[in-house]
Amino acid sequence: MDIKVLGPGCANCHKMEELARSAVKELGIDAKVEKISDIQEIMRYTISTPGLVVNGRLKHSGKPLPGLEKVKELIQTEV
Amino acid sequence: MLKAFASYMTFDLLGLDRGSSLGPALEFFIYDTIKIFLLLSVIIFVISVIRSYFPPEKTRRILSHKKVFMGNILAALLGIVTPFCSCSAVPLFIGFVEAGVPLGVTFSFLISSPMVNEVAVVLLWGMFGWKIAAIYMGTGLLVAVFAGLIIGKLKLEKWVEEYVYKFHSGLSHEIMKQTFKERLEHAKWNTADILKRVWLFVVLAIGIGGFIHGYVPQDFLARYAGSGNPFAVPLAVALGVPLYSNAAGVIPIVYALMEKGLSTGTVLAFMMAGTALSLPEMIILRKVLKLQLLAVFVSIMTVTITAVGYVFNAIL
Repeated sequence: MDIKVLGPGCANCHKMEELARSAVKELGIDAKVEKISDIQEIMRYTISTPGLVVNGRLKHSGKPLPGLEKVKELIQTEV
Repeated sequence: MLKAFASYMTFDLLGLDRGSSLGPALEFFIYDTIKIFLLLSVIIFVISVIRSYFPPEKTRRILSHKKVFMGNILAALLGIVTPFCSCSAVPLFIGFVEAGVPLGVTFSFLISSPMVNEVAVVLLWGMFGWKIAAIYMGTGLLVAVFAGLIIGKLKLEKWVEEYVYKFHSGLSHEIMKQTFKERLEHAKWNTADILKRVWLFVVLAIGIGGFIHGYVPQDFLARYAGSGNPFAVPLAVALGVPLYSNAAGVIPIVYALMEKGLSTGTVLAFMMAGTALSLPEMIILRKVLKLQLLAVFVSIMTVTITAVGYVFNAIL
């Protein structure tokens, strides 16, 4: 599975990345979590960061951030 | 009812003396803490639900090719209800330009969004009453519309970084669909999250307020920085920019200052300068704006906010 965290690099984006990594760990799945800070790449998906992309599909964008449980749920829909 | 509860706690349960300075200070502390946390919870929850209906993608669609003036007003209003993390200023700016949102209208949005934020407004309401909160909100919107109009009139499109205009994302960004139940859940979660981040500052603010309420003379600051001192407003604006971290963090300072006689206009100017002109946001905006445009933006905002400070010092 391929997970992308979209964000130029503010506190919220870092939190989103941590959430994604914790979710992957807790779910015990095999997934690659990648942080995307390139604007061109981010804007392929959304204009509001932080964003979460699972297998090429946008699952969350913008503020407020989802909770850990919600992130696990979002990832699981693509398993 | 809250008042009765606070005085019951202080004077009956704890048995403090009504004539002491500690007693009334503690009563004030208990009353204010409960009141402000109730306000914060309810309003942040309601705003969070409303916000879930206005993602930036939708706001962009509404503002696209809007006429100047009406567009500026609409942008300033949407700034309040569109959730937006300062880190997304760059993709958002590019996305707005690509969708044909006029430059001045984009600025009205970018100014109002951080300045008229719900935490700032609720804290002002809880600490100083609804009138000050309404004045802050109304003036914030006015400043956003005005500054956006001027930037639009000056035709500064040439000072936007060239690459912004070459961007083609296709504008096909989807808008996340949510059920009403999901919106409520999300709002509940967000409210808890914000409360977790600000509670300490709020308690601190009320604590400081309660303390100086009882101990420091009422006109302590009025003598030095009251409305009679013409330098108070520019100084507040200059201090607001670097001092500001978030609305909650600055409230203890503001509360203490105002309790002791700093005039309303000066306090409003301080809050506005802090929210609208934060250094981190300038650094982010520099990625899409040339230095000249950034300088024009900062100058217009500084002059406008200073004027707001003087006006309210004169009439309030």
